[in-house]
Amino acid sequence: MTPVLVAEFASADELCAGVRALAGAGVTRLDAFTPYQVEGLQELMGVPRSRLRWIVLAAGLLGGGAAYLFQWWINVVDYPLDIGGRPYHSAFAFVPITFEMTVLSAGFAALISAIALGGLPRLWQPMFEVDGFERATIDRFWLAVAAGDRALDRSRDMLALENAGALRVVWLGGRS
Amino acid sequence: MIDDPVVIGDPSDGALSDQLLSTTWAPRNWKLAFAITGAGTLLLVSMITLTVLRGIGEWGNNIPTAWGFGIINFVWWIGIGHAGTFISAILLVLEQQHVRTSINRFTEGMTLFAVVQAGMFPLLHLGRPWFAYWLFPYPSVMGVWPQVRSALPWDTAAVSTYLLVSIMFWYLGLVPDLAGVRDRAPTLLRRRIYGVLALGWAGSVQQWRHYKIAYLTLAGLATPLVISVHSIVSLDFAESGLPGWHSTIFPPFFVAGAIFSGFGMVVTLMIPARRVFGLYNVITPRHLDMIGKLLLVTSSILAYSYICEMFLAWWSGDRYEIFEQLHERPFGFYAVGFWIMITCNCLVTQALWSRRVRRNATALFVIAIFVNIGMWLERFEIIVVSLTRDFLPSSWHQYAPTYVDLGILLGTMCFFGFLFLAFLRLVPFVPVAELKELKREVDA
Repeated sequence: MTPVLVAEFASADELCAGVRALAGAGVTRLDAFTPYQVEGLQELMGVPRSRLRWIVLAAGLLGGGAAYLFQWWINVVDYPLDIGGRPYHSAFAFVPITFEMTVLSAGFAALISAIALGGLPRLWQPMFEVDGFERATIDRFWLAVAAGDRALDRSRDMLALENAGALRVVWLGGRS
Repeated sequence: MIDDPVVIGDPSDGALSDQLLSTTWAPRNWKLAFAITGAGTLLLVSMITLTVLRGIGEWGNNIPTAWGFGIINFVWWIGIGHAGTFISAILLVLEQQHVRTSINRFTEGMTLFAVVQAGMFPLLHLGRPWFAYWLFPYPSVMGVWPQVRSALPWDTAAVSTYLLVSIMFWYLGLVPDLAGVRDRAPTLLRRRIYGVLALGWAGSVQQWRHYKIAYLTLAGLATPLVISVHSIVSLDFAESGLPGWHSTIFPPFFVAGAIFSGFGMVVTLMIPARRVFGLYNVITPRHLDMIGKLLLVTSSILAYSYICEMFLAWWSGDRYEIFEQLHERPFGFYAVGFWIMITCNCLVTQALWSRRVRRNATALFVIAIFVNIGMWLERFEIIVVSLTRDFLPSSWHQYAPTYVDLGILLGTMCFFGFLFLAFLRLVPFVPVAELKELKREVDA
């Protein structure tokens, strides 16, 4: 996103007040940057629940299924070995590896999707140029409005953010 | 029972971040510790070189004791690796953040480094470690595949999965704090290095919403994984027919022992680190108390398992089992080890009934050392006594480790210490973002 309006807050509660004020005015292209996840902020901004768990579930089932089939293929079809007359296809003996591969595939899926869905790796983004933004990972809470939001009204919304308790409200969008 | 604050002294978010992130750019003066553990690592390297060059005959293993120090140390280290994931995953899933946060990353690091030590032993024990890749299923020109009805390929899958998932869980947890170091470190080079490692994390709502779910999901995945790893390790034993090994009690018995020994190692590392870094405000008596209680619980499960093992041997009516459990372990050649084990694992821990002992860092540290020793001896007793006294008296033979065995054991301890020191030096080892979130939750 290219931010046009950013605001810095000293606390999560004030940030939430700022989000409420802007969302109430119909501004939708909002993003917030916080040092830790702020409970309730996601709902306030109307961000839907992550679909990551479904990706993880699918990857786990696929990985586990593939592991079971693979074990069956190597020990029943391609390289059957008679061990005291025991059945080649021993479902119980295939359980541990199936389980481990389910967890491994699901784990990889969780890590990779968390990174990819969060838009990472992306070592630079326009917000990093904002003066003082480095405290967003430490103890400050930032709100940004992306360019192209029709509901955004420069003077009204800057005032609204100041009233919400912002330490600093900066317009980055040039003249408008 | 919540009677202590989560963070003592109520520091501001900024102060807390500075205190906990600054360990990465303001090192303590511990060159000596690095030198000692580094020297021990060189010992490890030279002993491994000797083993590879001259063969496995340099170890004390021989028939009948084919599993000597190699497997004892493997099981000991992998067991130690369990507490890390127990604390960071199981306590997260159970929503016990009050006692989990601030020690979880520390224990995750411990897990990783312990698993690294553990992994070396089976590879070296192969005798021809350059063929270690045979353990994995790959399309070989010989046209053979691993036999998955044996417990050994299960072990390969379990240990490698455990290592990989632990690394993923650890790294994902680190990302916000790496970003914190990027934004707070005093020099440009550090900012760049940590900036790359943080992948450009900005803490936006979009990032957090996926991140939190992924983190919790990984914790949920790691939870059954912890239980599975040592269960599978125990099946290496239980699948065989030896007296003292062939028992259905093994999986839960091994898991309890693993978590017990892991907590012992957590305390062994945590208490010195807490003192060196002055982390009294984030690692509080609440954490010590929790670990003390968990040590006591797992110690009781172990005591119960020891009694069960003996009872099952007697109840089976099998003369070899009875001889093994009721004669050779308590009164045989290696009986001293057995009684030290009972003292360390079951008797010393009784002091933890006292709240004063649980909250006393020094007392807890001393008990933890006993636990480490006791749990090593437990694996010695299980492995060596069963192997030296199997069915045929004509094949009985005593076992003694060689200097190479002892050098490798000492070397892994030093290598573990070296990796751990490097971890404390290079990475924010108390999860700052999580701690700040928890502080806000508690204050609200």
